[in-house]
Amino acid sequence: MARIKAPVVVTANRLGSGEVVYLSRDGRWQASMDAGQVFTELAEAEAALARHDNELEVVGAYLINVEVHGARVEGQHYREQFRSLGPSNYWHGKQTEANDAPV
Amino acid sequence: MHRYSEFDRDFVATRNAQYRDQVARRVAGELTEDEFKPLRLMNGVYLQLHAYMLRVAIPYGTLSSAQMRQLAHIADRWDKGYGHFTTRQNIQYNWPRLVDTPDILDALAKVEMHAIQTSGNTIRNVTADHFAGAAIDEVVDPRPYAELIRQWSTDHPEFQFLPRKFKIAVTGSAVDRAVVQAHDIGLQMLESRGELAVKVWVGGGLGRTPILGQVLQEALPIADLLPYLEAILAVYNLWGRRDNKYKARIKILVNAMGIDVFRREVQAAFETIAQDFSGEDQAVLEQLRQAFDFSAATDVDEAAYHQALAANSLFRQWVDQNVLPHRLSGYSIVTISLKKPGQTPGDASSDQMRGLADLAERYSHDELRVSHEQNLVLPHVALGHLPAIFDALTALDLQTANVGLISDLIACPGMDYCALATARSIPIAQQIAERFSQLGLEETVGAMKLKISGCINACGHHHVGHIGILGLDKGGVESYQITLGGDGSENASLGEKIGPGFSADDIVPAIERIVAHYLDLRSAETETFIQTLRRVGLASFRDAAYVDPATEVIHAS
Repeated sequence: MARIKAPVVVTANRLGSGEVVYLSRDGRWQASMDAGQVFTELAEAEAALARHDNELEVVGAYLINVEVHGARVEGQHYREQFRSLGPSNYWHGKQTEANDAPV
Repeated sequence: MHRYSEFDRDFVATRNAQYRDQVARRVAGELTEDEFKPLRLMNGVYLQLHAYMLRVAIPYGTLSSAQMRQLAHIADRWDKGYGHFTTRQNIQYNWPRLVDTPDILDALAKVEMHAIQTSGNTIRNVTADHFAGAAIDEVVDPRPYAELIRQWSTDHPEFQFLPRKFKIAVTGSAVDRAVVQAHDIGLQMLESRGELAVKVWVGGGLGRTPILGQVLQEALPIADLLPYLEAILAVYNLWGRRDNKYKARIKILVNAMGIDVFRREVQAAFETIAQDFSGEDQAVLEQLRQAFDFSAATDVDEAAYHQALAANSLFRQWVDQNVLPHRLSGYSIVTISLKKPGQTPGDASSDQMRGLADLAERYSHDELRVSHEQNLVLPHVALGHLPAIFDALTALDLQTANVGLISDLIACPGMDYCALATARSIPIAQQIAERFSQLGLEETVGAMKLKISGCINACGHHHVGHIGILGLDKGGVESYQITLGGDGSENASLGEKIGPGFSADDIVPAIERIVAHYLDLRSAETETFIQTLRRVGLASFRDAAYVDPATEVIHAS
């Protein structure tokens, strides 16, 4: 995996459903990466990760490199792009859902 | 078929109740993820890219119609209406919610199924020849032995925390359809001096360090099977490395010790362990032989079969490609391809599963099989029933006549689902199958094993593909490395890398050039790809793969 450097977003999976989620500016876990808080300082992101990664709502929180295109936030690595959309062989997962941003 | 005893039912029910409680405590915050993760993995529940994944064991790939119907019900009730059949003869559900998994396990238990030991450093689901009990070349049905091993290894306290996972495959034929040489232990039932015996390979495996198994015993007496396996596991448990997970499989230990020293260690352990075996295992084995015995004669009229062969070219083509002779007169073995070009290899919808359950119940003595090549099998079909089955499969969109051809390829879930993957494999599989189907070249190319893995762990068995493809991450871009010359049969060999990887856009044209090169070079239409490759050598195929794509194309026949 690529080295983590800003800008970054905090991501995890929901404990009960396994759904991919992103830490938003209001500290809630949201389904859309566009709703994720983009940290431009790595230290701030690491502090946010430390504050939130033991929350019961989620499992396996970590930081991902992102690119910001206006209101769109996109994972820099293709793995995170796939995670934010769903599989390519079926119209399943996040790609089927209306964007629940912005916050 | 084997049925659960009261002990089995109680055991699974108890485990399911424990798991339900563990999930409740996790959701309530009484267990941390670090505490919970090993518990869910012991019950086959993984966290993947988009969701949890549940891996359900299908011992030696054998299913009844009731079991298949329940798998379909689970797909509809708790997943997205389909299941994925895997290269270890299991089924995986890609979208269950954690909170539903206890209900799914209870639903499985109703049809004598579970997900125990489908993960973790323990003895995994025992796999077998998918034509077991039906193959014309078989010495003996391997499933009684696989079931004996399953009973012995399930919840065996000594083998719950092995250095690493442990996979056993069994075949009853010299023609290896179970890839036994790529397993931690591979077993082949055979006749030796008029007695049934078992050939034992040890230390095979693919993954990061691909190695073919070495022969540990040429002809072990059947009565020694379990104590001998226990001795192998005891030596591994004692000496296998636990300091480095990449060096922890038994293949590393066998290579480090040398096969002769390893054999001596096993023999020493065997002499102690064998004393604890009183013969009860042999009594169980005798019951299992009877449970799996299939010898019913058929009196189904074959006229419909011969009429359809003469009148229906699609039926004839399907019979030629997907149907094999059975060891019993009047029967045949039907392979149902889950590889319609463009579809996901190994996936079946709940409607297809239910339709196949109906066919198994009506026409195949209530049995289905899952093959490691991600197809399904009706093992005991009267020839006279084949036309009706073909019509029913056509209605289910399962009539694809491509078994053993290039579009009948293996692909792991790859980065469309798997958290370990480094690249996608499903889209590459879809593109290759569609491309050769469009070209109309599948039958011209003939016998071909093409296998794709989305990471170095090699669930897609790429090392033993005649053509293997490994998806990697090269600097943040999906890259596909080709290996040639692998073989998972009794003539097992590992493929050799041909050079730098290809991009997602370039991999299919590269495969096309390699296949075109074979068609140019083969000495006769009967010379298969792997035979030509072995005769000619890798070098010219490498050159063909890397020529300028603009200069070479295959012309449709």
